[in-house]
Amino acid sequence: MIFNAFLLALREIRRNLMRAFLTVLGIVIGVAAVVTMVTLGNGATAMIKTQLSSLGSNLVIVVPGTRMGPGGGGTPPPNFKESDVAAILESVRGVRLVAPASSSSLTVQYMQSNLTTRVLGSTPDYFEIGNWKLANGRLFTDTEQRAARAVCVIGETVRKSLFGNSGNPLGERIRLKTQSCEVIGVLAPKGQSAMGQDQDAVVITPLKTFQRRLAGRQSQQGVGEIMTSVREGANTETVVNDIANLMRSRRNISGNEVDNFSVIDTKQIANTLSSTTQIMTALLGAVAAVSLLVGGIGIMNIMLVSVTERTREIGTRLAIGALEREVLLQFLIEAVALSSFGGAIGLALALGSSLLLTWLLNMPYLFNAQINLIAFGVSATIGVAFGFVPAKRAAQLNPIDALRHE
Amino acid sequence: MEREPLIRLRGITKTYGNGQAAFQALRGIDLDIHEGEFIAVMGPSGSGKSTAMNLLGCLDVPSGGEYRFLGQHVETMSRDERALLRRHHIGFVFQGFNLLARTSALENVELPMLYRGVSQSERHKQARAALERVGLNGWEDHTPAELSGGQQQRVAIARAIVTGPALLLADEPTGNLDSERSREIMLLLQQLNTDNGITVLMVTHEPDMAEYAKRIVRFVDGHIANDTVREEVCA
Ligand SMILES: Nc1ncnc2c1ncn2[C@@H]1O[C@H](COP(=O)(O)OP(=O)(O)O)[C@@H](O)[C@H]1O
Ligand SMILES: [Mg+2]
Repeated sequence: MIFNAFLLALREIRRNLMRAFLTVLGIVIGVAAVVTMVTLGNGATAMIKTQLSSLGSNLVIVVPGTRMGPGGGGTPPPNFKESDVAAILESVRGVRLVAPASSSSLTVQYMQSNLTTRVLGSTPDYFEIGNWKLANGRLFTDTEQRAARAVCVIGETVRKSLFGNSGNPLGERIRLKTQSCEVIGVLAPKGQSAMGQDQDAVVITPLKTFQRRLAGRQSQQGVGEIMTSVREGANTETVVNDIANLMRSRRNISGNEVDNFSVIDTKQIANTLSSTTQIMTALLGAVAAVSLLVGGIGIMNIMLVSVTERTREIGTRLAIGALEREVLLQFLIEAVALSSFGGAIGLALALGSSLLLTWLLNMPYLFNAQINLIAFGVSATIGVAFGFVPAKRAAQLNPIDALRHE
Repeated sequence: MEREPLIRLRGITKTYGNGQAAFQALRGIDLDIHEGEFIAVMGPSGSGKSTAMNLLGCLDVPSGGEYRFLGQHVETMSRDERALLRRHHIGFVFQGFNLLARTSALENVELPMLYRGVSQSERHKQARAALERVGLNGWEDHTPAELSGGQQQRVAIARAIVTGPALLLADEPTGNLDSERSREIMLLLQQLNTDNGITVLMVTHEPDMAEYAKRIVRFVDGHIANDTVREEVCA
């Protein structure tokens, strides 16, 4: 009986190729759209998360000035002092490492090649705080830092543009502004930051070197920013508050004056960003759900248009002696076959387009079994319901009424 | 000593609807049909001919009375039992042909055998033989849309007889055909009756067509008004 029902269902599909094609198409579109969109959304979220973790997790950054509000025409807020750095490390609980950093945009030159890039001076702890890994060579030491030695560590982008794709810069001297400086290390690439900047376009020198030889204007004197990494398990919010209070007293800001510095918590930025991408994913999902619905309505239309013809055919089948359950099985098999066929094509299409799009957009491809299952389940259910339910109703009719159906 | 008839109806009534809207389409039918008969059912429109045919064909159940098919009580049968009775003993021909669209003549004729689980080679053989029997060899691969009305009705007859039924029911089989085509269909039914021994019960309101039958049952207002066995059958 099952075999016969298969045969009958197959004949029914072959007889109604157009209807079968449109049903399959509706399901294919619905499944492919939902799965692709959600996969892209997930990829974007994952990408932003990796970028944020490359920034160094649990980072608290102290910068002069306030992030928001008008810049004001007055004197710019003063930079920090090195003693501020020592004070934070000494008196704020929960702080693991602190590094002062000053930077400016300078022209870097090697033989005929040059580029303008960010040059930053700091202490060896900066590398650990910023989650930098060495690709080649070595980092500078604390002694070299204090002695203001003319050494530097360069990022991958700088290496490429000065030394070419395969050039080895170790031991070479590059020119920063008017100063010559020996390259002692190359950093492993980090890629773009969450804000879209190339993190590898950087030259890092000891802070003392930067202050004595490279910093020019008043605004580059002292310490431009303080990078702090928070101890695992410590309350970042308390650390942020403690640093703010410490800096207020060290910078002589009285009770009712506003801060002339900001304490930024990267974890908070990370949370904001990832909740933004989650909203984006939800939006994409909603758009996709609409296409699933449209596909479903398409299937519904096709099926409802053919209900009269189908009902009469079922009447004919019943009249020549088909049992109700044989008719039901036939139509169930037809609906399941078309729906799962369409669903499978939809999933394959989604796989292809997600791989292509994530590759084009430089995002990670993450397979999400759940969304594949949901999309397949929903559209297959629509297909089966609208293919099977009218047939079921017809098969329960008196054969005579089915034959006469108008 | 009397032979057990193929069909025995006793006091059959059929009421459509209920309450105020109830309408009694059959008001007590007694009828015996023996194997090998060729009966024409006549009567004015609305007299209950189709209702009676549907009951005889086990497509519907009577509201009252007794219906025996080969001695079995049909009025107490379940839906599936009636379906199996149709499958094994009854062939139908409808006024509107009721062929499956976009399906070849051969596959249309094969359909009843699919529900009987006949093997593929046997299905093809028997379907071809049935199409040949109705004079349609060479038309196996044509779909209903590619066939004339007379040819479509022949396909429907082939589908009805392919399983070798005891009873062939035809409700106004020539209602949609011109007189020449109608005559051909009547001759075919007559041959199936005389040569193949199939019992034929046919509704018609054209006296010309009734000429081919051996017996004429006349319906009026849900009753059998008269029942005559004809001496001379048209040939
Ligand atoms: N399904 C039905 N529901 C209600 N009334 C019906 C139905 N079928 C037939 N009738 C009524 O029963 C009567 C007999 O119908 P029918 O058997 O089709 O007559 P005939 O075939 O002799 O023209 C008619 O008055 C018709 O209106
Ligand atoms: Mg009628």
